[in-house]
Amino acid sequence: MSTDSQPISASSPAFEFKSGVITIPVLNLFSTDINVITHQLREKIKQAPEFFTNSSLLLDLSPLQDQELNLALLVDAIRNSGMRPIGVRGGTTSQHQDAKDLMLPIMTSQNSISSKQAAPVKVEIPTQESSEPVASTTIASTVINQPIRSGQRIYVKGDLIIIAQVSAGAEVMAEGNIHIYGSLRGRALAGVQGDESAQIFCSDLQAELVSVAGNYRISEDLDDSNRKTPVQIYLNDQALIIKNI
Amino acid sequence: MARIIVVTSGKGGVGKTTTSAAIAMGLAKKGHKTAVIDFDVGLRNLDLVLGCERRVVYDFVNVINNEANLNQALIKDKRCNQLYILPASQTRDKDALTKEGVGKVLEELSKTFKYIVCDSPAGIERGANLAMYFADDAFVVTNPEVSSVRDSDRMLGILSSKSKRAELGEDPIKEYLLLSRYDPKRVKLGAMLSVEDVQDILSLHLLGVIPESQSVLSASNAGEPIILDETSDAGQAYADIVDRYLGEDKPHRFIDEEKKGLFGRLFRS
Repeated sequence: MSTDSQPISASSPAFEFKSGVITIPVLNLFSTDINVITHQLREKIKQAPEFFTNSSLLLDLSPLQDQELNLALLVDAIRNSGMRPIGVRGGTTSQHQDAKDLMLPIMTSQNSISSKQAAPVKVEIPTQESSEPVASTTIASTVINQPIRSGQRIYVKGDLIIIAQVSAGAEVMAEGNIHIYGSLRGRALAGVQGDESAQIFCSDLQAELVSVAGNYRISEDLDDSNRKTPVQIYLNDQALIIKNI
Repeated sequence: MARIIVVTSGKGGVGKTTTSAAIAMGLAKKGHKTAVIDFDVGLRNLDLVLGCERRVVYDFVNVINNEANLNQALIKDKRCNQLYILPASQTRDKDALTKEGVGKVLEELSKTFKYIVCDSPAGIERGANLAMYFADDAFVVTNPEVSSVRDSDRMLGILSSKSKRAELGEDPIKEYLLLSRYDPKRVKLGAMLSVEDVQDILSLHLLGVIPESQSVLSASNAGEPIILDETSDAGQAYADIVDRYLGEDKPHRFIDEEKKGLFGRLFRS
C-alpha cells in the first residue's frame, strides 16, 4: 500500500500547530493618496521585480495617525501592482473593520519601527530572540560606544559601528558593514543575509572569526601580517581578502 | 539612600568573599554604616571569613520568606559597631532567592545603611544575577590569568545588560577592577598576566591590585578580615582600595616587585 493513499486514522494527527517567525516586508504608509502610493510602489517594484512580485506585505497604518483611508481601494491597487497584502497593523477601528471585511488579519502594532528612527541599541544575551521583522529600503546604521563583552551578541539590520573593543567570546553581526574602532577579539560577521559587498573594518585584528556573507576565516588561519593591525576585510570572487590599511 | 556594591567575578575562588569582608569592614571602620550580604545560598562562607559563624540564628532566606525580620537576622560585628552581616542559608539553594524578596530586603536596608556590600556567588546563574541586579557599583574581582579574565569580561556584559539600571535605562552600574592574587615576580617571568595585559583586555578602571599573600589564608581561617591586619601587604592593599573608592587619590602599590635592600641581597637564600 502506498503511503499517499493511506487513510488517516482518527487517532493519528492530521496536522500540528507550530509557531514560526518569518520576516515579511512592511509597508509604512505616509500618505492616504492611493494614486501616489500606487505610482511610487510601482517604481520601487520596477527596481527589483523578482524581490517584490508576489511578495507578501504587511500594511502599517500607524504612521498615518488616524487619517481616513480607503483600505479596499488601496489593497486592490497593491494587488494589481503585483504584491500580496496579508495583514494590517495600526490604524483606526473603522480601518480595522474595513480590514476584516477584506478578510485581512489585524496584527498588533507594538514595536513598529519606522525606517527613519534607528532602533535602540540592544545588547543581548544569546538566548534571546533578537530580530524584529522590519522592512524598509534605507536602514540606519547602529553606533555602539561601549565594549562588547564576552558572551554578548549584537545583531543589526544595517551597518554596525562600534567605537570600543569586541571581547573574545563576543559576537557582532550585521546585514551590512561592520566597523570596529578598537580591538576585535571576538567574532565579526558582516553581510549575514548574503550581501557579498559587505565589508569589515577594524583597527586591531585579533579576531576569533571573521566572516563576510558566510565566507569565514578562523583565528588559526589568519595571516600573522594581519594580526594586531588595522585591516579591511571583503569578498573578492567568493574569496575572503584581509588587507592591511 | 544606600549605595549598593556587588562583589562579583564569574569565576570561583578568585577572592570575592575575602574582598567582600575586607571592603565591608574597611567602609565600616571609616564610620559608614555598612551591611554585607552573603548571596551564596547553600555554600555559606562569609560568616566564617568574618568570624561570626557561631552567632547565626536567622539568615537571608528566612528574611525573604518572612520567617524572621531583618533585625533578627542581621549580625552585628564585635570589632566594629558600624558593620552588620546578613548570612546566607546553608540548607537551601539559590532558587530560594526571588527578585522581589531580594529587592524588598535591599530596600529596607537602604533606609538605615550607607553601604550594602553584596557578596556574589560564582557563576552566572540565579544567585549571581540577583546579587548584581540591584547594584549601583560593581567590584569585579579578577586573578591575573586568562580564564578569570574571560569570566570577568562575561560578567561585565551581564552587568551592562541584565541589571535593574540597564533594564530601566538609568545610568549604568559603575564598574571597578580589583586584581587579586597578583605576584609581580611571576609577572616578570612571564608566568602571569600583567596589570597592563588585564587592563587591555577588560578596559576597566583599576581600583587596586591585591598582592598574593600568605596572610590572606591565615586571616580567613582565623575569621579576621584581612584589612584588619595592617602589617600585611594584602591588608594595606584593601585599605587603599577603600580609600580610592571613597574618592581619595592614592598611588597604586604592589604592582612592581619590591626592591631588595643590601641585607636582603646578602642574606638571600
